[in-house]
Amino acid sequence: MASNAFIAFQKNEETRCIVEAIVEDNPEAIVNEQPAMVKVDVPGRLVIKRATVEEKMGRDFDLQELQLHLITISGHLDETDDEFTLSWNS
Amino acid sequence: MDMKVAKKLGLKERYTLMTRDLAWDTTYQPMDKVFPQVTFEGIKIHDWDKWEDPFRLTMDAYWKYQAEKERKLYAILDAFNQNNGHLSVTDARYMNVLKLFLGSTPPLELMAARGFSMVGRQMVGAGPRVACQMQAVDEYRHFQTQIHSISNYNKFYNGMDEFAHQQSRMWYLSDGKSFFDDAITAGPFEFMVAIGFAFEYVLTNILFVPFISGAAYNGDMAAMTVGFSAQSDEARHMTLGLECIKFMLEQDPDNLPIVQRWIDKWTWRGTRKLASVGMMMDYMLPKRIMSFKEAWEIYFEQNGAALFTDLARYGITVPKCFSQTIEEKEHVTHQSWIGFYMKPDATPFHTWIPGKEELDWLSEKYPNTFDKYYRPVYEFLDQQEKTGNRFNNKTQPMNCQVCVSTIKFNEPGDPMSTCFRETRYKGEKFHFCSDHCKDIFEHEPEKYVQTYISSHQGLQGNCAPEGVDVNAPDFNPGDHIADYWKLDKRATGDFNGSEDQKNFAAWRDQATKN
Ligand SMILES: [Fe+2]
Ligand SMILES: [Fe+2]
Ligand SMILES: [Zn+2]
Repeated sequence: MASNAFIAFQKNEETRCIVEAIVEDNPEAIVNEQPAMVKVDVPGRLVIKRATVEEKMGRDFDLQELQLHLITISGHLDETDDEFTLSWNS
Repeated sequence: MDMKVAKKLGLKERYTLMTRDLAWDTTYQPMDKVFPQVTFEGIKIHDWDKWEDPFRLTMDAYWKYQAEKERKLYAILDAFNQNNGHLSVTDARYMNVLKLFLGSTPPLELMAARGFSMVGRQMVGAGPRVACQMQAVDEYRHFQTQIHSISNYNKFYNGMDEFAHQQSRMWYLSDGKSFFDDAITAGPFEFMVAIGFAFEYVLTNILFVPFISGAAYNGDMAAMTVGFSAQSDEARHMTLGLECIKFMLEQDPDNLPIVQRWIDKWTWRGTRKLASVGMMMDYMLPKRIMSFKEAWEIYFEQNGAALFTDLARYGITVPKCFSQTIEEKEHVTHQSWIGFYMKPDATPFHTWIPGKEELDWLSEKYPNTFDKYYRPVYEFLDQQEKTGNRFNNKTQPMNCQVCVSTIKFNEPGDPMSTCFRETRYKGEKFHFCSDHCKDIFEHEPEKYVQTYISSHQGLQGNCAPEGVDVNAPDFNPGDHIADYWKLDKRATGDFNGSEDQKNFAAWRDQATKN
């Protein structure tokens, strides 16, 4: 069984769109809402795509803006202009 | 008119240009003299250019996003304070968790800032050097913002103002002090494993995620915004720690046993430090979202296992202490709170016996242990309190020479007896809470004989306020230690009947009635 990669955000209007984008791009995503925060787990590999977030927000989005809302992550990170990926090799 | 703007450089190119390409090798002095600390731990690095910070954050982007975080944070803090937010927390017992947090956390953030400034200076590669510099600035920010957020509470509640004096002197704060003293006096690579891995990956994930979510649940918007804002940096810090571990393992197979020993050691040290964080979740938050046990399972057992499975390709194995930590998750928070309750004169925060509903919640969350071992203790203590015989342990605690927790945890496999180990070194006896701490000591005894242990210092006459003759025949160290700690008597002992309790009730009354 693959380990979960996960990401958690503070709950706000921006992250509502980001989480919607994650759910769309990662069919196995499990969203877990907790007070003031939201955590998303995906087995093996979690990807956030800039294009999908932009579509949800209706504006340009720089993936480094994730810095503002992040609470924690799990998995090895790879960050490019278009994708923010967390994954475990197992 | 539309103008075609030249395509910006990609993130990878930008990062390379703005970090590695700005670094140079020294020529007036040989590199090994400029960076003398990177070899003495035995770690072999052949190519520093193989290090790449996965966040690829350049300095200009760093300042931009950090400034934005600060603006958001202070807007929320101001709003919370202007609106007398402290009166909207669940109940006044909550303030005590802030008191414990204030003494135990911001001083460690400051130590982290110092540590990363030092280690950043020692790293030969530009990638880790920049990342360490950012982390040093982040940790300084955490130190400041945590104090700022609690300073508003300090205007209203007792026991907060002397945290900086108490941090390096008081018994119950010595575990955190020793954690950072140990890390910062190690070499640069061990420091990265201690803080980047154990502190960030194991500890802050529990302290700043479920605990802070719990603070939000209890109505403390100030702690929430500060905690989450800090944790947004911690995600980057964990990545740096992980990257450092991978880098060492990839550079040379000889690094494996050294890294393994550090992972074993610091996982254990992190676990011990977490007992008090877990206690904050299980006992000190009036409203609870998650037990320590549940948090431990998500953030350590699953998340830690994910990491160890991943690192298995380099030959890393699960830390030696892993199975003991799994057994202990059902015990340590109860043992800790009982321990604090039993010392009512020795902390600047109040304690209490959990109410009936709270005991039931604990039974439900800890079905294997609570009713069997701990509920009867609380019922006994409660009955003693009601008959005017409140338990008060006036003796100095015995502490572990390595982790400096008071010796109170149980023997593995036997919850009814206390785990206690000792060893002799140069004719002196040293005491430990566990086999793991004993092993750590035996590997580097010269280091750990220097541990600051408040009880020993008190008994040696080093904890008397100025003007007290410690050589007088009737000198009793216990008589002065509270003054030495600058302990506010109003903040000690039982919550029930305390000034904080009365003030909060009166102010809340004023806020809700005409
Ligand atoms: Fe920090
Ligand atoms: Fe950190
Ligand atoms: Zn110990």
